[in-house]
Amino acid sequence: MVAQLTSGERQLSLVVLFLLGLAGLAMGVAGRGDPIGVHGLMVLVIAAGLAFVVMASFYAPEPSPERLDHYYDDPSKVGIVLTMIWAVIGMFLGVWVASLLAWPDLTFDAGWASFGRLRPAHTSAVIFGFGGNALIATSFHVLQRTSRARLPDQFSPWFVLIGYNIFCVIAAAGYFMGVTQSKEYAEPEWYADIWLVIVWVVYFAIYLRTLARRKEPHIYVANWYYMAFILVVAILHIVNNLAVPISLGSAKSYSLFSGVQDAMTQWWYGHNAVAFFLTAGFLGMMYYYLPKRAGRPIFSYRLSIISFWGITFLYMWAGSHHLHYTALPQWVQTLGMTFSVVLLVPSWASAGNALATLNGAWHKVRDDATLRFMMVAAVFYGLTTFEGSFMAIRPVNSLSHYTDWTVGHVHAGALGWVAMITFGSIYSIVPWLWKRERMYSARLVEVHFWLALAGTIIYVFAMWNSGIIQGLMWRTYNESGTLTYSFIESLVAMHPYYIARAFGGLLFLTGAVVGSYNVWMTIRSASASLAKPTEDMPEARLSPEPAE
Amino acid sequence: MDFSHDTLVAFSKSWGLFYLLAMAAGVLIYTFWPSNKKRFDRAKKSILDKDDKPGK
Repeated sequence: MVAQLTSGERQLSLVVLFLLGLAGLAMGVAGRGDPIGVHGLMVLVIAAGLAFVVMASFYAPEPSPERLDHYYDDPSKVGIVLTMIWAVIGMFLGVWVASLLAWPDLTFDAGWASFGRLRPAHTSAVIFGFGGNALIATSFHVLQRTSRARLPDQFSPWFVLIGYNIFCVIAAAGYFMGVTQSKEYAEPEWYADIWLVIVWVVYFAIYLRTLARRKEPHIYVANWYYMAFILVVAILHIVNNLAVPISLGSAKSYSLFSGVQDAMTQWWYGHNAVAFFLTAGFLGMMYYYLPKRAGRPIFSYRLSIISFWGITFLYMWAGSHHLHYTALPQWVQTLGMTFSVVLLVPSWASAGNALATLNGAWHKVRDDATLRFMMVAAVFYGLTTFEGSFMAIRPVNSLSHYTDWTVGHVHAGALGWVAMITFGSIYSIVPWLWKRERMYSARLVEVHFWLALAGTIIYVFAMWNSGIIQGLMWRTYNESGTLTYSFIESLVAMHPYYIARAFGGLLFLTGAVVGSYNVWMTIRSASASLAKPTEDMPEARLSPEPAE
Repeated sequence: MDFSHDTLVAFSKSWGLFYLLAMAAGVLIYTFWPSNKKRFDRAKKSILDKDDKPGK
């Protein structure tokens, strides 16, 4: 892989790694006795390790100029492997925290294994580790194909991919040491946040530079979604993480905001992280891989444009629905509620567009588990956005908020939509990138599909049940006007559902392990041994035109 | 200048409405502009091409 870099790019890599190592050393020295020092040493070790990898091929011959006649897919390949690794780590942590709620002794009396530290490690590993790597890997792939242009250079995609994973590792290691800003989905501290900004700016620049070199007159809609994801996440990340560290040698910082402003900024960030990280980016995936796999163009291109702008305009205002019945002014709550309800229109437009694309190709959905992953993802996207709009309505929220219903809703989206569309895209992209006819085993894709679907349904139903029971128990009064149930009684009532939830998660994790094995075996298997053509590849010919 | 909570509410409730409506109108005009139809149709079909190489 390093030999593919030009000698100038190899030198640049070493310079950047040297600077990174220096930054790590400075953090280590300035932060003696503080978690930031441990992080500094980790950065130093990672930079040194990567420098050895670069130096091992430093004097390799220059890559042939023929490479410019092909797309640059090495970072996407590594990104896909990292995606599957993070999937297994993150989902394992998820099963662990789910089990902790059913059997609290599973912390083994270790501080780092307490719920408060494992839980952000789970959310960050699945959202940022699994989801983020999948987005980066597929975005490079889609960007080049839809622009018919090679990435502008070979260094910056590696900087983005590796830099982003360093951020993820620093974040996860920090949680175990107790480093957190206590902002949901924005837990990493100030130095990790600054690093992510640098990585993200380079990421956006790759997009702009490639689009500037495009050979297609029109920018395909998938790229709009990917770009909205990159740009808006940058804005959200910078604003929500405005903070002042207590010193350059300390991991601890204080937010610029306080009180209800802090809460509003956080949930403006939090809900738009769902919108632009977990929705827009994955819609980009869907708008490319689903038509490609089905061999049919998207049902309505115009509808995809309207839903794109609908989602970008409306989501921005929806965050305050996380703060119903709080100190936030009533009109801001109402604003968030209203926009959340209207959001259903562009959300269902996208889900409907995806399903209408498959209309006429249902036999492929039946036969091809990869396409079925994407179909189920679109269905769950429709269900979850409906549920989300519903839960944002203030009186509904009075029942659902602070209960497991919220957890169920998030996982209907995360497992049913985000993970399903990702696995579908991965099973499409892996044979394509590694130049194989198809996946190592179509049957294992099938096994993964059913494990994932069963796990999601068990998880979501368990949380719906427990959430609504919780909500009702917390609002049941007796004749004397006091609460009928104590909190601990509601907790005991949850126990069977927590066991069911852990089991559903375990099925989903098992599916991800099966998928990882299948991906790995596809990479390893020799292409020559695969004789039967096209069974697991996108259709070549256009099917009859769907109506516009 | 008196920049109070009420100022912000008044601004959001007036201009906030108008610029969102204007943006929505802009998007609809762009989407349904007749001469854009050709590029949209090309974009939606060209991703299905099998040619997996950068354009010249």
